Parts: sequence; C-alpha cells; structure tokens
Amino acid sequence: MLDTSCVRSLHGVNVTASLGKDLVGLEHLSADQIRLILDTAEPFKEVSERPIKKVPALRGKTIVNLFFEASTRTRISFEFAEKRLSADTVNVAASGSSVSKGETLVDTARNLEAMRIDMVVIRHHASGSAEFLGKRIRSNVINAGDGKHEHPTQALLDLLTLRDKFGKIEGLKVAICGDILHSRVARSNIWGLTKLGAQVGVCGPASLMPRGIDELEVTRLPRIEDAIQWADALNILRLQLERMTAGFIPSLREYNRVFGVTTERLSKVSRNLVIMHPGPMNRGVEIDSDVADGPHSVILPQVTNGVAVRMAVLYLLAGGSPDWQHSGGAE
Amino acid sequence: MIRPILIQGGRVIDPSRGTDGVADVYLIDGKVAAVGSNIVGEEGTLVIPAAGKVVAPGLIDLHVHLREPGQEDQETVATGAMAAAAGGFTAVCAMPNTDPVVDNQGTVGFIVSQAQRAAKARVYPIGAISLGQRGEKLAEFGELVGAGAVAVSDDGKPVMSSHLMRTALEYARTFGIPVADHCEDLALAEGGAMHEGIVATRLGLKGIPAAAEEIMVARDIILAELTGGHVHLCHMSTRGSVELIRRAKERGIRVTAEATPHHFTLTHEACEGYNTNAKMNPPLREDADREAIRQALRDGTLDVIASDHAPHHYDAKEREFDDAPNGILGLETALGLAISELVETGLMSLSDLLLRMSTQPARIFNLPGGSLGVGAPADVLVFDPKARWTVDPSRFHSKSRNTPFGGRSLTGRAEVTIVRGRVVYQAWGD
Repeated sequence: MLDTSCVRSLHGVNVTASLGKDLVGLEHLSADQIRLILDTAEPFKEVSERPIKKVPALRGKTIVNLFFEASTRTRISFEFAEKRLSADTVNVAASGSSVSKGETLVDTARNLEAMRIDMVVIRHHASGSAEFLGKRIRSNVINAGDGKHEHPTQALLDLLTLRDKFGKIEGLKVAICGDILHSRVARSNIWGLTKLGAQVGVCGPASLMPRGIDELEVTRLPRIEDAIQWADALNILRLQLERMTAGFIPSLREYNRVFGVTTERLSKVSRNLVIMHPGPMNRGVEIDSDVADGPHSVILPQVTNGVAVRMAVLYLLAGGSPDWQHSGGAE
Repeated sequence: MIRPILIQGGRVIDPSRGTDGVADVYLIDGKVAAVGSNIVGEEGTLVIPAAGKVVAPGLIDLHVHLREPGQEDQETVATGAMAAAAGGFTAVCAMPNTDPVVDNQGTVGFIVSQAQRAAKARVYPIGAISLGQRGEKLAEFGELVGAGAVAVSDDGKPVMSSHLMRTALEYARTFGIPVADHCEDLALAEGGAMHEGIVATRLGLKGIPAAAEEIMVARDIILAELTGGHVHLCHMSTRGSVELIRRAKERGIRVTAEATPHHFTLTHEACEGYNTNAKMNPPLREDADREAIRQALRDGTLDVIASDHAPHHYDAKEREFDDAPNGILGLETALGLAISELVETGLMSLSDLLLRMSTQPARIFNLPGGSLGVGAPADVLVFDPKARWTVDPSRFHSKSRNTPFGGRSLTGRAEVTIVRGRVVYQAWGD
C-alpha cells in the first residue's frame, strides 16, 4: 500500500531542494540525485499494477506537455505518469498551435504560465531549449528530449531497468551502439551510467561519432563485434533514416551488415547480453527481430519503467518550493 | 574654419614613425600641423590636457557591419559611427551584406552620404565581390571604387567558387584594392552552430570544424599566388589558419589577415549554458587557437585587429541557440579588450598594439590616417591606458546590446576622439 506520505518518509527531508527546479539533463546531477530518482521510482512501479492506477500525489497541479517534435512513447508515458499522480494535464503540439504562427518559444511558455500552470514537459528540436525555458519561467521544466543534447528520463528508465536486471549499476559494462553523434539518449546515458560507476562503451561508424567523445570517460568500440565481446548490456540506438540521405552512412542495408545486432553475432559469446533499445525500432537495421523479441531483451520492461521513473521525477520536482530566480530582461 | 586643437603633454605614440614620447600635438585645418614640445596654439585654440594619457593616431577598423540600409532596427551608419568614435575609432570599413547588398555605386554613395551626415568616425564602404553576394557574377568594381568603396568582400558568406575568387583577385588589381574573404567551406560548416569539439558534443550542438576555415585559407593563398592579387583574410580563428598564413608570408605572397578581440579573448567554453552572445561565425575555438592568434598578432603573421562589429536585435539573440544569429558588438569593447588581453599581459607594447589597430589597417586598405606625421589627417585618439572600467551594454552608443562582455572589467578606454580636426567624442560628456 503506497501513499505519498510513505514516499516522503522514505527519503526523509525536503526532496525537492535536492533536485532543483528543473530536470534538463543528467550532466549536472550528482550520483545521489540520480539514485534518489531511481529509489523514488521503485514504489511508483506498483501503482501501475493496481486495478485503480491512481495516487493523489499531484492532485490540483496543472502540467502542460509541450511537444514541438513528434513523439508517441515519451508523450504518452509522461501523460500516464501525470494522470496516475492525479495531475491535470494539457497537451500542446507545435502544429496547429500559435507556434505554427511564428510565436517564439519564450512567448509560448510565458503565455502558458500566465494561465498559472505548475510544470512544463518539453520536447523540442533545438538543443538547450529546456534549459532556455527553465531560466525564463517559474514553473518546473522537465526535458523530454532537446535536440541532440539530453533525454534524461530515457536514461533514467534505462538505469532503472539495468538495476532491476543486475541488482546494481556499479561495475557494469554497457555499450551504447549506433548514431552517437546525433543522439540525446546516448549523452544522457553516458552521464547517468558513468556517475553511477558503470563503464560505458560507444560503438558505431566513425562518421557518427562526435568529436571529443574520448574526453567523456568512454571506451571506443570500433566494431559491433568488439561491443558484444566487451559488454554486459547493449543499448542499441535507433538509426534515423535521414542520416543516410545526409551522407553519414552509405545505406541501411550496409549498416545492418556491419553494425546490426544479430543472433549470429550474439552467439559468438557464451554470456547472455541484456538487450536494450529506446525505440522506436528499425527491425532489420540496427537490431534483428529475433534479438528484439528474444529472451534477453528488456525493451518492453524499459517502457514499463518509463512511467514509474517519470512519476518519480514529477513527484520530486513538484514536492516543494522551487528556488526560482527570474532571469528577466536583456542584459 | 575649424578651431585649432592643441593636445598637451600626452605620451604620443606613433607607430608609423616609430616614435613614443611626451609631446604636444597641434591640429589645424583638419591636419596634423606640428608634434613637439612647448607648442603654443594660436588664439582660440581648444586645449586638451593629456598628461598621463596616450595620444595616438585614431583606431581604424577594417571590418564592421552597420546594417544600413535594411536593418536599421539593429544599427545605422550614424549609430555605428558614434559607437566607433566612442570606442576610439576614427574610421571603420562597412561590410556590404546589407539589404540591399552594396553591390552598386548607388548604394555605396548612400552609405558615404549617411556617414557625412553623421559626421562622427569616417565610414568607408566595402563593395560586394559578387552581385547580391550570390557568388555568381562579379560586381562592377570600377564603379564601386569610383563611388568610394575601399575594398571588396562577400563577407558573411564565403566565395565558394574558386573561379570567381580567382577572377576577383585578378580584376581587383586594376583598382589596387584588396579582396577580403570570409573563409568557410559551406559544405563542412553546414548547420553548425559553434566550434566542433568537446563543448559542442556535450551541448548537443552541431560543430563547425577548424578545417572549414583552413581549407579556404589555403585556397585563397594559392589563388593569391596564382594571380598576384592581394587577398585579405577576415577574422582568422584557428591555429591552422595562422600557420598557413605564416608560411605564405615567408614565400612573399600578398596575403594580409585580421583577428577579432573575441577570438583572442574567449574560447568555445563561452557557449556553455547556450549563451547566444557567444555565438559567432567563425566560432570561438579552443585555448590553443586563442594562444596561436595572440602570438600571431605579436609576430605580425596576423596584421590587424578588426572588431567584426555585428549588431543584432535583442529578440534575435533571445532564443534557441541553433536559431540565434551569429555575431557580437565589437566597436566599444575592442580597445579595452586589446589592452587588457594583449598589453597588460605583457604580450606586446602599446606601440605594437596601435600598429595593429591603426597604422597597419590604414596601410593595408590604403586609407588616410594611421599616422601623426605632419600633414597627416587630424584623426587622433586620446586614451587612458590605465583606466579601469566595467562593460555596461546599456550605455553603449550602438543600437544593439549583444555582447558576451557585459560586466567584464577592462583596462584602457578612449577619452577623446578627433576626426578631421573636430572632437567627435569625449568621455566626460558620456
């Protein structure tokens, strides 16, 4: 039996102050803050297993899901998390709103705030947009993916899933495979995993590897066979089709032949690698179907954990008075 | 009849003659009439006491954007010329990427007449290399020069066609003007918002590699050698570019180059927190690049300091980093940054700095000024090389406020700026 006071007493003191006003990324969180979110997510898992999937933790709070980019999984996961915490939610998509009439991001947000909302969940194509917004409005801002920067709740649900599977994160070897250059999931995972003591490998074509990645305490794994040899778990990123037209790789067919995670390649090692994917999958490109649907895939548990992790983040951010500072005008 | 001016007892530094010592400077009829000791002015002379100050030929900036015609909400010729005077500049060269582009004699003439009306710092138009800066067809250099243009450039955009660049360098020789290029391989730089490196990787922003600049620097040097034309390379930002220029100069190729105060002061780390006032093109680079630029200014590989003054409206910078425009203001912070970063650090003398900010710019673009020799134009700067001040963008004379230096403490500030024998700026009236 879970109620909100139980969560609060679980962690003692004012939990909000320890997370700050916004969640824009994992880079600037400490290991303790990340563990706090994961620990808070644990009891929330059970809420989604009940016949009546609701706790009153955020009753009376209003939350806007501001999605400037198409999203199915993340948007629905946030919406379920909000509703299961009894918040009132509104979804705004960029198309068909004032955004399509040329309104700037900051004007959109200030107008929403003028309606006295409590939180904004934002997904935006520009890196830094969540931080930009967080500095300019007093509501809590949660980053649901900003450009190529970060997607913190995805990395948190990945961490929770790994912890479920292995019992701990510390000492694990996790290889992130694919388009590291354009991936916000990769960046958030690198921060989260390294802070919790895991070793991170990155594997993908050199043309999709960002400059300076070696400075982030990661191990370069040039070929997918190297990643399979090295890792305890593979986090396989989605290869976006536009990377091919932009000339980063020659073809999807070749990508699958050189970098695809296949049963045949996995069978070369005696260990069973845990298989993760943030979705949506390109079956037959970065991952073969029998791997995605195989016994060591945790792709669907990742999705289940996504709701719990987002409930934890919403709950922690909503719990106290934000240390908001108005950034104000020009200079 | 202009009232004569006597600047008394200042430390007179004139890099054009290699002199540095206490003297009086006497200006009559828009010219330097005498430099010496115990000069007595005629009746009615305006006396400017300058003990403890430096008296120097006025600063000359080969690279500014004054936004007029077309974007007068950001800057005008008049506000830009006033900002220049307040920064100690007696002349600036205005890049042609306005709307319409300065690719015809009518627009050149318009800028000249706006500058005359403003009567602050001199403003020399730079004409476009290609019609509409589209990189296709040469503009009419002869008519541009006839109307007052002092150089040609497609700045803001590179000349991607090597054929066009070759032709421009050859054709410009007829008129004795330099061709100034903004070096950027557009295919390598496409979509980039900042320097390609660890900071861009962490921020998730698309990077512009140093190679995007260096490839075009190398090409321009090769074409200058081929044509015998004078290529002037704008706002150099990488150590690789510096090395290419150094080798070209050793071989006697006609190449000159500039560095901006922001490239010798800041690095890509200034972009942290998605600070759009640190977004510029070329982007702020790494520490080793900044150091190479400083050394190149000291040894003369880079000839001049130019501000790349680029005003933008507040709204345009108050947005997502990817969507914000490139560029920052430069005129009102250039002298303070140069003294603080290059002179106070012991890298170069004040005389060497004035060579890079006044005498050399005049020589490279063949402009009046850059000297306090008798008969030189009475374009003079009096500045306090020890004055400590804090950058307050709200007090800028520019129409815009986009600077990453707000709140920064600088040493060295213009006190009196004289153009054509008239005081156009004095700090105590500010």
